[in-house]
Amino acid sequence: MKIAAFTIDGNGTFAQDVPAFAAALAAAGADIVLVPGTSRARRSMPAAAMRAGAAIDTNVVDVTVDGDKATVQRWAYRQRILTAFSRAARPWVIVTDPALFADICAKLGVAPSPIPAGAPAETRTKVNGVVAAGTGGESTIRPDSPLLFVAGAGWTKKQADGATHLDEAAATITGFLAKSGASLGSSKSLVDMPEAAKAFSFMSHMNQVGQTGATPRHAKGLSTCCHGEEPHVVGWRFVNDRRAVNLDANCGWAQGKADVLYVADAFAVMKKVNELLA
Amino acid sequence: MAKPLNIIVCGSLVPDPLQTLEPVQTPQGPGLKNEQMLPSVLDPWAACALYEAANLAKQRAGSTVTLVALGPKAKLQQLMMTVAQKAPFQLVAVNAPAGGFTDARETAAELAKAIKAIPGLDLSATLLFGGCASASRDAGVTLQFVAETLGITEFFMGVDELKLADDDTFTVLERIEGGQYLSSTCSGFPAAIGWATGSLPEPPNNPQTGMMNMRGIMPALMKAPVASVGTGGIAYEKTEVPSAKRATVVKKDMAVDDIAKEIVEWIKG
Repeated sequence: MKIAAFTIDGNGTFAQDVPAFAAALAAAGADIVLVPGTSRARRSMPAAAMRAGAAIDTNVVDVTVDGDKATVQRWAYRQRILTAFSRAARPWVIVTDPALFADICAKLGVAPSPIPAGAPAETRTKVNGVVAAGTGGESTIRPDSPLLFVAGAGWTKKQADGATHLDEAAATITGFLAKSGASLGSSKSLVDMPEAAKAFSFMSHMNQVGQTGATPRHAKGLSTCCHGEEPHVVGWRFVNDRRAVNLDANCGWAQGKADVLYVADAFAVMKKVNELLA
Repeated sequence: MAKPLNIIVCGSLVPDPLQTLEPVQTPQGPGLKNEQMLPSVLDPWAACALYEAANLAKQRAGSTVTLVALGPKAKLQQLMMTVAQKAPFQLVAVNAPAGGFTDARETAAELAKAIKAIPGLDLSATLLFGGCASASRDAGVTLQFVAETLGITEFFMGVDELKLADDDTFTVLERIEGGQYLSSTCSGFPAAIGWATGSLPEPPNNPQTGMMNMRGIMPALMKAPVASVGTGGIAYEKTEVPSAKRATVVKKDMAVDDIAKEIVEWIKG
């Protein structure tokens, strides 16, 4: 079985990338083509595979090859059901989780090469450039950080004095991110709040973790002021070491979803954590 | 004056995310236990696409929104009772299995067929919308297949913002790596947009909109063609829910200082 692997970096447009990728697939003449699920690959590779007469599967987390048979693993229902399957169709484009691409290539003994640039194609799209999400300046999404810090809607709730403390919450969260180098995640309920959008300008829907958000891969995760409901926690599938701080001892995190739940006020705890990290 | 738009939204039902999902084997391939009984919602990202479409249609007089939904007819009818109250749209329904184990290529072929059959469709004034992925198959490929089948050469993935100018140019922000957006400007239609969450909240239920929509939705459901959508060339070997339950240690009555110290040690450890 001939296996090829392409890296796909940078930015492109659908109109230009689809013919280029399709040509690369055809020229590779491989049974299996591995590519990492970068934003550029996810945008254009499905149509390129279709144009090249190839089958395609995305978000693949493992590939095994036994003779002429290849089997992949991927999640269905947003990280709820793990599936393993094979296809007889060739060529077969396998788009892996980007974080696992290098490992899968190494396991299969394939050295990836950059996907060849195609001939210029007509497009009505002009790329203006890359802009940061949110309005807070430095990005709070750090995929390479070992720690995910999740803020929940509780940061916007009235505190013991009967008032909200959004500025204090924002300072505590950003203070922790600066000191720990953690990547910031959020529950859907928090990023959907108009008042949070204003006070937490360093956060956007891009930070959302869960059913309609991201499923990041960090070694550790610390959740604060979040109830650990299932639609959020499915986004924690690949975070192995989990701790949570919440005032509710019966919240979702206590139901087998976190390793440790501290029943405490996250405002007080995180302020103290920031002092200790200083 | 800017011309009216046809905004076609591809979107279907998925199990309510609060439901427990258990895979089972059926004669047609893998499925979910009690699948017909599971409460459904409009796929969350497709729902964002529908709300963005309705908002965009309001900005262009005479514009229409058409929801093209592929799913079991009875479940689609149930779903429409709530979705129809959210925004004005016409429905084109395709009666076929929908779920996490069906083949995206077969689904896309049926969606493209249904779109091509929309009477008087002018692709040069069309925006094709959908979610950037579904909450069932979660492949993020269906909309590209539909675009390719329809000959749409401009496609944007994971879009959170679309700003449309009167001259039909529009600028989009697509999610890319590292919490950043790729900003692009496209001149004219057709184009396809795979929406992420966008920026609009879920509209409140409007019974009047619902009643108006249902006048067209019920006939659309009645005449929904039956389509054959299966697992395609996929040979499933395993579908399982890995055990994810942890032995959670609940620490109550710890002093704040002690918790903070423990967390710092854990972070550094």
